[in-house]
Amino acid sequence: MNGDLVLEILIAFASLSFLAVGGAPGMIPELHRVVVENHHWVTDAEFAKLFALSQTAPGPNLLIISLIGWRLAGLLGLLAATAGAIVPSSILAFIVGRLMERVAKASWYPYLKGAIPPVVVGLLLSSGVVTARAADETTLAFALSGLGAAYVVLSQRNPLWILAFGAFTGIVAGRFGLI
Amino acid sequence: MGFLSIGLMGFGGVAAIARHVIVERRRWLSEQDYANILGVGQVLPGGNLINMTVMLGDRFQGAAGSCIALLGLMLMPLIILLAITTVYDHYAHLEDVRSATMGAAAAASGLVIGTAIKMGRALKLSWPKIGVVLVAFLALAVARFPLVLILLTMIPISLGVVWWERRR
Repeated sequence: MNGDLVLEILIAFASLSFLAVGGAPGMIPELHRVVVENHHWVTDAEFAKLFALSQTAPGPNLLIISLIGWRLAGLLGLLAATAGAIVPSSILAFIVGRLMERVAKASWYPYLKGAIPPVVVGLLLSSGVVTARAADETTLAFALSGLGAAYVVLSQRNPLWILAFGAFTGIVAGRFGLI
Repeated sequence: MGFLSIGLMGFGGVAAIARHVIVERRRWLSEQDYANILGVGQVLPGGNLINMTVMLGDRFQGAAGSCIALLGLMLMPLIILLAITTVYDHYAHLEDVRSATMGAAAAASGLVIGTAIKMGRALKLSWPKIGVVLVAFLALAVARFPLVLILLTMIPISLGVVWWERRR
């Protein structure tokens, strides 16, 4: 039974792997759809929580996938989720890496290079909004999201500071019964 | 081979740190090579840093190098993340911890929105490209169309925009 779940995790995330154009952040909405809406593996609030946790650790952004795997099926789930998320896209990267010289010189490459970023920005914006919708149940949370966004746009400092600030504000608000 | 994994262990998801280690400290690549590899890694699906790690590993030690570099990249962050999660689970019942997570989760989603805005500004997008951004955003976040569908329509549209802008 557990084996079935692990296999399901592997397949679900492996197919997501190819869709992660522009990196993991762009596929957060799709990840949300798969794990929250389709499979009901985690709840909306749980998803927001796991996302926040995965942001506190260093390393690639797609660690949230490993974390979901861990939540669902322990160590095996973690391994399946992580492998699913990185192996297929890595094989593609490996092949393209070998062809690198040709790719970089191809006449179509500058077009692709110009065309991908706007799409990625759109996906990234969606990721933020989808996670904000999952996380923000109160006005205070909504304000914190706005502050987080402003912080990144206006400052060069480490993003961990705003996470810490959010956590601190959460505690204070909780203590005073504001949320 | 060993030095590769050790070197990669340290760096986090931040692209700036990766560049620092690869180009300045280890001198594995020249600035130009790094920009090329990063550029290709960004166009491909999958984590940018992960794609770059795979290509870099291959360059030095072939397929085995790719695997080891990848392992080196993932291992430490995974362990740290599991440690954080375990500690979190242990205290998750506390009211303070719950409110703190709520606050951090809210801020984290804001971070992503901010990053998107910052990226968009850095790219100095033309109006048609801003249109592409907005349509992709509306399709994914508001209409909740499947990502495959969005990629299959928006990438060709975006390509068309680039082609049209270059012709003028």
